[in-house]
Amino acid sequence: MTTEVAVLGVGMHPWGKWGRGFVEYGVVAARAALADAGLDWRDIGSIVGADTVRGGYPGYVAGATFAKALGWQGARVTSVYAACASGAQAIDAARGQILAGLSDVVLVVGADAAPKGFFRPAGGDRPDDPDWLRFRVLGATNPTYFGLYARRRMAVHGDTAEDFAQVKVKNSAMGALNRYARYRKRVTADEVAASAVVSDPLRLLDICATSDGGAALVLSSLEFARRHGAADPVRIRAVSTVTPRYPHTVLDLPDIATDSAAAMEPAGQAFRASIATAAYEEAGIGPEDISLAEVYDLSTALELQWYEDLALCAQGDGAKLLREGVTALGGRVPVNVSGGLASFGEAVPAQALAQVCEVTWQLRGRAGERQVADARVGITANQGLFGHGSAVVAVR
Amino acid sequence: MPRTRTPVVAGWFSGEGDDFRLLGTRCTRCASVFFPREDSRCRNPGCAGDDLEEIPLSRRGHVWSYTDSRYRPPSPYVTDAELPWEPYALIAVELESERMVVLGQAVPGVTVADLAVGMEVEVVPGVLGEDAETTWTTWFWRPTGVRA
Repeated sequence: MTTEVAVLGVGMHPWGKWGRGFVEYGVVAARAALADAGLDWRDIGSIVGADTVRGGYPGYVAGATFAKALGWQGARVTSVYAACASGAQAIDAARGQILAGLSDVVLVVGADAAPKGFFRPAGGDRPDDPDWLRFRVLGATNPTYFGLYARRRMAVHGDTAEDFAQVKVKNSAMGALNRYARYRKRVTADEVAASAVVSDPLRLLDICATSDGGAALVLSSLEFARRHGAADPVRIRAVSTVTPRYPHTVLDLPDIATDSAAAMEPAGQAFRASIATAAYEEAGIGPEDISLAEVYDLSTALELQWYEDLALCAQGDGAKLLREGVTALGGRVPVNVSGGLASFGEAVPAQALAQVCEVTWQLRGRAGERQVADARVGITANQGLFGHGSAVVAVR
Repeated sequence: MPRTRTPVVAGWFSGEGDDFRLLGTRCTRCASVFFPREDSRCRNPGCAGDDLEEIPLSRRGHVWSYTDSRYRPPSPYVTDAELPWEPYALIAVELESERMVVLGQAVPGVTVADLAVGMEVEVVPGVLGEDAETTWTTWFWRPTGVRA
């Protein structure tokens, strides 16, 4: 039995600060994906929305919100939330319906309208909510966690601020070629070094912004794709949505402390590496098979961490891989040829879908100046707050 | 009227001076340690324990990593918008016997320039902020070479 689903269509609304609601971005992306698939919205049997927590009630029921905006047509509806991993959860929900035979063709949509400045928790006094507590007790914004990880890499692996800056240089050069990116200007290492420190050792240009944006996919069974005339579509071969294993000994957003390993030895891989391993095992491939990767560069230093967690290199060798040009366009495994979050800024529920949009364009050979030569296998990777793994393997 | 001294979170720390400690809990069945405290049931998936006892965490540990907040954090962090923002350092501290990492603010006056990964630090009582009726108390990490 096949476990693959076809990517019939992909679409995006450009990332930016447009000052409109998330519904509009989602609908634009959805219509683009439907047009790309050559399908009418009324052909869709199921819609899955990736929720946003910043749009009020419509954001919590994003699937229905998008369905109503596109025009009620009776489709089955699902809404999912998993922080930064919401897009992968939405893909997984759609895939499950297709593989179970419940729907032939599913529209997946995620969109966000982000406020200016730091993300902050929902209002009210909620001392039982770790996300509220880390702000109330420590003032620990997301960039402070990125700063902790970056400093740890410098101390343990010898990474330098210059290494981190080179991630921005690489990604901004790609983003300059992507019409959906918010930032389309090449950035130099000197410009990174001249930007203000936000959370030592990271500077403003090391840290991704928060953006408005929308992305959508049309997924179908392989049989539906064949009937529809798509003989050789991009196919999703694996979706990893794993959780950590106790004791989880890496300090993760939004936690104030790790689990204790005093009573139980951590077994197997750390969480991020386990996200990739689950994707590789499900896809029946290994890191040596990867043509390109789209990873969550919430900060420049985190991109280097992902190289290691995707097993593109040994732990600690991320900066070396970057310096050797392996992850640049033209290298052995280009990473974030979309421009990454460095060029997009994060639109939370849309971002994991946008990663799959880029991989799809690359595997189709339709990425223009950003095209990775002979791209056959792409992987996306990210991690959502509160223990959500997110990785997708697509092949052609 | 004097302000009441109140912990910013109830039950996470207690004591004064050299007796100040972070408080966690330990499962009486499997000995797993938790901070923030778990009081109802053990989170070890291989343990059915539901009896957890309060324990003080180690007073000293070593810096796992550190950073700072150069910009004013948003609410619910409480700051006086009238005053210029004074950055503070955050330290993630590895406690050897508990085999865990616990985050906290550095004592006021200690900056990232004073810190290094691996440096020994100790937990000390501190004041997070004050409002009309309340002095909100918290824990800070302080390099053991420094006396406030």
